Amino acid sequence: MCLAIPGKITAITEHLDGAFRTGKVSFGGIVRDTNLSMVPDAQIDDYVLVHVGVAISVVDEDEARKTFELLKAMGELEEELGPDPKPGVE
Amino acid sequence: MKYLTEYRDVALVQEYVRRIHQLVTKPWSIMEICGGQTHGLVKNGILEMLPEQVTMVHGPGCPVCVTPLHLIDDAIALAYQPGIILTSFGDMLRVPGSKESLLEAKANGANIQMVYSPLDALKIAQKNPDKEVVFFAVGFETTAPANALSVIQAAALGLNNYSILTSHVLVPPAMEAILSDPETRVDGFLAAGHVCTIMGMEEYYPIAEKYRVPIVVTGFEPIDLLIGIYETLKQLEAGSYQVDNQYARVVQFGGNPQAKEIIGKVFITSDRIWRGIGEIPGSGYEVDQDFSGYDARIKFALGHREVPEHPECIAGQILKGLRKPIHCGQFGKGCTPEHPLGAPMVSSEGACAAYYHFAQMKNETING
Ligand code: SF4
Repeated sequence: MCLAIPGKITAITEHLDGAFRTGKVSFGGIVRDTNLSMVPDAQIDDYVLVHVGVAISVVDEDEARKTFELLKAMGELEEELGPDPKPGVE
Repeated sequence: MKYLTEYRDVALVQEYVRRIHQLVTKPWSIMEICGGQTHGLVKNGILEMLPEQVTMVHGPGCPVCVTPLHLIDDAIALAYQPGIILTSFGDMLRVPGSKESLLEAKANGANIQMVYSPLDALKIAQKNPDKEVVFFAVGFETTAPANALSVIQAAALGLNNYSILTSHVLVPPAMEAILSDPETRVDGFLAAGHVCTIMGMEEYYPIAEKYRVPIVVTGFEPIDLLIGIYETLKQLEAGSYQVDNQYARVVQFGGNPQAKEIIGKVFITSDRIWRGIGEIPGSGYEVDQDFSGYDARIKFALGHREVPEHPECIAGQILKGLRKPIHCGQFGKGCTPEHPLGAPMVSSEGACAAYYHFAQMKNETING
């Protein structure tokens, strides 16, 4: 649960200030809506560390890739990202 | 160990193992705070690579594991109330309460939905205006900003059918509680990288100074863990007790200012009961008065009561680092991840589950 996964910002969908800055982040092809309010300077193509749907910091691309590969090898991505791209109601 | 050979820095890992063996002259106990790190140490076989003198003590580092039974019971009681949808992270679902787990309650008709983010719980509230949606907000500092953000968004959207049941715990007060416990011997700490990503490192300086313990911030990969252990041992052998950041690629000295601001808006620090440890002053967050309409405890007038633990579970001693999971008479017998008796067996980040899975992995290797 405390894992944070690095992914690449592919789109910034809401530019609103504050709590509602959101975008799309790709985790090796799995794309998730992600809140970007805590990384106000992050731009498209930046890598961010995402924890429970919220980006908590910007990370270096090489490091992001390395961590991602490791998490994938350990089979721990699904636990954090969920199997289905449409989270929420069953 | 399978994973370690797949990891590209095998040579580097071996180099650090060699350096650690060369360095150590005395017995030392190092506690890793975070369950993610416990998981990494056990899963990658790192414990077996360390010299005998080095003992890794697995700290209280899994928020799911330290959530008290009475809170799980409260969450289940809410989920049985008509008109309430209880939402929770998946890790929490299988944790046994005093009578049943959230998952069992769900099978028995309680309205429980698993979410990956508190912001998904908020979406459920938007889609179900005639229902009350409660999110079971469990977590360390890492998760606090996301949980706080859900409250800020709910307020901004004018959603009145959303609230959170907080089970928020904080790392530095727990470190102090462990260090002041005369039964416990911890010489140095690995601090959890993701907690520090949010909070920064400031809080650790007074602890290192007061208790004369080195504190090394590190990450979760095998090489991060080994470097963290190596740097802690280097300080211990030299008699120094500094705060050191070995996870600078992610952790800034001051943490994430936006995240800290959001936490400060929604939460206030409070005393907290840690399962297996007891009450630690100033070790958690509650929803601030300004947002009391989003506090499930107030909204649904939940009381406080103590619920006893399973008599044979030694989780408390494990969380304090006094004993290992294998010392528990129920380990792997009456208590397995399928039928957990205590919380550290439930979450994959719990010390008992980490040991259990590792033992399974070893058996599989031996049996082909
Ligand atoms: S093995 Fe089970 S019963 Fe024993 S300490 Fe761990 S969680 Fe408790």
